[in-house]
Amino acid sequence: MRYILALMMTVVLALPARAEVEITEVVSPGGITAWLVQEPSIPFTAMELRFRGGASLDAPGKRGATNLMTGLLEEGAGDLDARGFARALEGLAASFGYDVGDDSLAVSARFLTENRDQAVDLLRASLLEPTFAPDAVERVRQQVLTGIASDDKDPDELASREFDKLAYGDHPYATSFRGTAESVAALTREDLVAAHQAVLAKDRLYVGVVGDITPEELGPLLDKLLGDLPETGAPMPEMAEVNIPAGVTVIDYDTPQSVALFGQPGMAQDDPDFFAATVLNQILGGGSFESRLMTEVREKRGLTYGVYSYLVPRDYAAVYMGHVASANDRIAEAIAVIRDEWAKAAAEGVTEDELRDAKTFLTGAYPLRFDGNAPIAQIMVGMQMLGLPIDYIATRNDKVEAVTLADVKRVAGELLDPEGLQFVVVGKPVGLETGPLPE
Amino acid sequence: MTHLRAVMALIAALLPMAAWAANENVTTFELENGMQVVVVEDHRAPVVTHMVWYKAGSADEPKGSSGVAHFLEHLLFKATDNMAAGELSATVAANGGRDNAFTSYDYTAYYQRIAADRLGLMMKMEADRMENLRLTPENIETERDVIIEERNMRTENNPRALFGEQMNAAQYLNHRYGVPVIGWMHEMQALDLDDALNFYDIYYSPNDAILVVAGDVDPAEVKTLAEKYYGVIPAEPNLPERVRTQEPPQTAARRVIFRDPRVAQPYVNRSYLAPERDAGDQKDAAALTILAEILGGGTTSYLAEKLQFDTQVAVYSGAFYSGVSLDDTTFDLIVVPGPDVSLQQAEDAMDAALASFMKDGVDAEQLERIKLQLRAQQIYARDDADGVANRYGAALASGLTVADVQDWPDVLQAVTADDIMAVAKKVLRIEGSVTGWLAKPVEADQ
Repeated sequence: MRYILALMMTVVLALPARAEVEITEVVSPGGITAWLVQEPSIPFTAMELRFRGGASLDAPGKRGATNLMTGLLEEGAGDLDARGFARALEGLAASFGYDVGDDSLAVSARFLTENRDQAVDLLRASLLEPTFAPDAVERVRQQVLTGIASDDKDPDELASREFDKLAYGDHPYATSFRGTAESVAALTREDLVAAHQAVLAKDRLYVGVVGDITPEELGPLLDKLLGDLPETGAPMPEMAEVNIPAGVTVIDYDTPQSVALFGQPGMAQDDPDFFAATVLNQILGGGSFESRLMTEVREKRGLTYGVYSYLVPRDYAAVYMGHVASANDRIAEAIAVIRDEWAKAAAEGVTEDELRDAKTFLTGAYPLRFDGNAPIAQIMVGMQMLGLPIDYIATRNDKVEAVTLADVKRVAGELLDPEGLQFVVVGKPVGLETGPLPE
Repeated sequence: MTHLRAVMALIAALLPMAAWAANENVTTFELENGMQVVVVEDHRAPVVTHMVWYKAGSADEPKGSSGVAHFLEHLLFKATDNMAAGELSATVAANGGRDNAFTSYDYTAYYQRIAADRLGLMMKMEADRMENLRLTPENIETERDVIIEERNMRTENNPRALFGEQMNAAQYLNHRYGVPVIGWMHEMQALDLDDALNFYDIYYSPNDAILVVAGDVDPAEVKTLAEKYYGVIPAEPNLPERVRTQEPPQTAARRVIFRDPRVAQPYVNRSYLAPERDAGDQKDAAALTILAEILGGGTTSYLAEKLQFDTQVAVYSGAFYSGVSLDDTTFDLIVVPGPDVSLQQAEDAMDAALASFMKDGVDAEQLERIKLQLRAQQIYARDDADGVANRYGAALASGLTVADVQDWPDVLQAVTADDIMAVAKKVLRIEGSVTGWLAKPVEADQ
């Protein structure tokens, strides 16, 4: 076998807490790019593949096709049926995970050094030669339908569906990528083959590899595994037109605790103010016990077990979301407190102390993410999908540090829209009804 | 793809035995006051996980105050003599770390994950709240509302969780494992300051605690720090021996039918009372661990073959067993019926499959594949120092020793087909079981 490393570039990055992540960009002889971190101390490799577009590439009228197709990749490939494939995987002690979302299809693999070639053969079969055998299609279809039926009774899922329907118009984001019972029941084997061709293509592929493998070994492996993928697939979706109406939407559901999902337009990850917004969100509702929302809603008033806000910069829309759950007779108060905090931060920004603590948290927590081969592979794939430079890890905390009090105050004023929030409430909330935000 | 099958047959022989020899870099010792210490070294990143496990969980609560172990876990984030309420978490966050805690039947644990050079600060604060908690009546009222909302979220809003509570309550005739960790709602509502303090005073003591430190640390340095911060706390002389009311012989099969309009997908759950891993005696538990894989460990399992491939009775089937428990645990089966299959039909098919398994016995190739994966698991586990830390903490808090944890992989590898069938015969007794249906309301049935 012949191989040439067309390009190999290595960057050594010092993480704040002294960790070093040495990323090498490997381009295979066939032109496939991967970011690699060599970690020879344990004899296995973690590999993360992502195909941009994911379930948003469902063909019109075929909602759920990509999701069902993804579920079938491990249910028979090449000359192996579903159980033959599973037995082969067990016989290698490897693990392959296949997952799909609105923005990408992800494949997470790990395999031992000693049988790497066989594992790659098996993984290749699942990606390039899935059989979509009729009995497997029916079996996995029933599993998907079971999941959809469960979602129909899940308060969080009901809230999420309603919010998406309100916010995203006719974009794929407006509906669940799992499809509906009707759309999934109608999918044919041909639809799955078409979804496979639409999504798994080289022009939307990103690869991260961490483990016991050299660049010289990885190059030909990439070509063997991925070289025969088609060059291109379905065209990417358009940007969504985000149009979130202000107000409250109540979905009547007989359960003791109401769930509220709230949101407003957000900020794209490549926005120059994204780090200021990240710092702002950390202070407002970023998930730690110290956030303003946790302090006011949980610690001071005991209204909930958890309340969070989070920026959602997706590929085709950016929103700013939050979540809280409170007993039916307390959810109205929880929502009132959240709105007050939203308004207060919009008007006043944050304090010097809050800014300092949020920065120390964000910069200190960053290296904690690099805790294992698979997490690092995922981080590297995420960086590539965002178009970040290979030395980003070393500069990321500087961008957090550069955020000033004035930046946060300005971004809070521009971004936070307390009168524009939409609260979707699922439950039997006392004192809340569908309509404009309460006075 | 024709080469795949031929290749697979060879793989088992390829995995060298040396590659899976235990290699967890674990050091253990005990402080003079009786606090156990486990250090797991992983120098790949300058990060440390610091955990303190108390050998006190919900099964150690006094009758009538269910949920107090978990309530106290929340209250440990309030003020001490030396820290304001919330200061510990705020300090962890301000140092770029994260922290949390969790409660189970047999233990309550607190942890922080942070840059390795902050270990001393973590110990200082954790030791402080082991000894110096200062609770107020206001803490009690607000935090009680929080745990009630937590129960609302985890249990009251979730019919599967409500069903699970009923299953457990029916399984245990006399043991505290029949009471939910988070507590029964009516008892949670009555928890007060004295309940919390009584539990705290007895159990939050160094001779009832295990310190686990995993990450980029030197065991000698950990020892010096542990002696400085934890070593000075006096042992609790009145720590009771850990003896709980035990199960009598179980002699009657029980049945639970839980109906709720929020049920989307009905299923059958069968649980059998089963032995746990005991110190120096883990053989039956090892055989049960492998039995669960054989019966319901995924696509290649026996139940999947009978219920999902040979027939389409089920859309999902599974078997579950975890041997880490102080007292008798359960071995569980779950069957989710396919379309147009009733719960009764699903249960009957499950029982028929079990009966045929008892006749067919263990498939030798399947057993080999499972053992191979267990060996490989030890290679993958080295990528996860936190996982190792959790494994030691949970085991030591559940009556096992460091030697038991280190022997476990070999005990698993030594399990034979005969061991598995013997333990299956012993444990899968209908008289020791609960059969549960999670169902829709009657009027929604066909």
